[in-house]
Amino acid sequence: MTQINNSLVKLENVGVFANDKWLVKGVTFEINKGQIVTLIGPNGSGKTTTAKITLGLYKDIEGKVQKFTEKIAYVPQRINIDWTLPIRVNDFMNLTNTLTNDEIKDALEITGTPHLINKDLKSLSGGEFQRILMARAIAKKPELLVLDEPVQGVDFNGEIALYELIKKISDTLNCGILLISHNLHVVMSKTDHVVCLNGHVCCSGTPIDVANNEKYQEIFGKDISKILSVYEHTHDHIHNIDGSIEKKK
Amino acid sequence: MLDDFFIRALLVGIGMAIVTGPLGCFVVWRRLSFFGDTLAHSALLGITLSHTTEINMALSVFVTSSIVALILLKLQKTTNLPSDALLGLLAHSSLAIGLVVIGLLATIRFDLMGLLFGDILAVNANDIILVWIGGAIILIVLKIIWKPLFASTVNFELAEAEGMKPEKYNAIFTILLAAIIAISIKMVGLLLITGMLILPAAMGRNISDNPMQMVIFSVIGGLLSVLIGLFASLEFNTPSGPSIITAGLFLFILSLSRIKKKTQLNN
Repeated sequence: MTQINNSLVKLENVGVFANDKWLVKGVTFEINKGQIVTLIGPNGSGKTTTAKITLGLYKDIEGKVQKFTEKIAYVPQRINIDWTLPIRVNDFMNLTNTLTNDEIKDALEITGTPHLINKDLKSLSGGEFQRILMARAIAKKPELLVLDEPVQGVDFNGEIALYELIKKISDTLNCGILLISHNLHVVMSKTDHVVCLNGHVCCSGTPIDVANNEKYQEIFGKDISKILSVYEHTHDHIHNIDGSIEKKK
Repeated sequence: MLDDFFIRALLVGIGMAIVTGPLGCFVVWRRLSFFGDTLAHSALLGITLSHTTEINMALSVFVTSSIVALILLKLQKTTNLPSDALLGLLAHSSLAIGLVVIGLLATIRFDLMGLLFGDILAVNANDIILVWIGGAIILIVLKIIWKPLFASTVNFELAEAEGMKPEKYNAIFTILLAAIIAISIKMVGLLLITGMLILPAAMGRNISDNPMQMVIFSVIGGLLSVLIGLFASLEFNTPSGPSIITAGLFLFILSLSRIKKKTQLNN
């Protein structure tokens, strides 16, 4: 029973067949509470498709998806806001649930964007918008959080800080996170389980297992030492999410 | 003093404007302007059917428009044709079928101009009740489905992923659109209904920064259009439905001055 209690979503051998080809096939993984599962793979390998399957956005799928939670938040890869719709950050934060002003403020604070609260969504830069999408998802206090390339358009220091944030969310909310990234380098120390996709699951396991796997190396190159080095050196200072620098104590 | 028929027209127009304001915003946001046209065209079929079967006209229009709307939703899923082509297909074929049926019923004389442009000055007490009660129901339903409908308008997948069931609410919204067309067709006619939906909302868009504001402004815009249009038609003896829409156009043009100032500020 404990397993069912901890499990948030379970994919068994799922796949999608559309326009005469398999978008992705034979994917199996499970996300538990407090766990970060990362999907990596080259472009067109079915990462986003897999995330959408997990969310239930595909109607005709092979295999089986079992969801054990309704409290889901989604940060899509791309979202177009039609210019005919006047909508501020504040309105957007309340899109799928009703939040108090304090809850909105807190979430914006966490992602370093409280000054944007009354801005029109269309006036935001790509990186700012990405943070707002993230803030909206956090504010929902979900049990399952699906992040599709959440650091797109965010500058490098912000990127590291956002990954730190993702780790923090998973710890404080004890939610399960499905993270999509094309870059194992940056996520590896934060994730519990990695699924490497290339139309199918080509390997999966802990980040180190995957990085050492031959199939992973075939796709991403063999320069593993570089990957490991990113996380094995230390700094005497921290880059905050808003770009300011803070000395480590 | 104002005549009774004029008071009745005002009452009906005001009731309509309050409902078309919020619905029109969604029509504009969801890029459904042409969809409103399609439903309005299919309403002609509903009108002719009501004449042959002696069913209440509003009911008959509501049923035919809803059916056409549901056929559209079905076709969108099953064909590879783009939505605008499907809308055109349905609009013109239902209009054609409506006209063919009128032709077959050579015994019944139709006031075609009345159908196309409506006659708000000819409304009776029943029409007022229909517009106000029907309108109130539409607004209550819209209020209930506001959140999921708005979420699915902003982003369908996001809404679906987070359990807002956008498909269901899209269908309900479509039915509401069919309903407003059914209750207002007699007043503004099938060519001008989409004008009532779009012009006030378009004006509202020019002068608002958030969704609620746009809804409020489009209601105000609709009310002003009705008042100005009706008084102008009385004064200059012009057809009332088209006068209302023309008034709406003037308000829209006025609202453009505000948008210019805004873009300058942004630069």
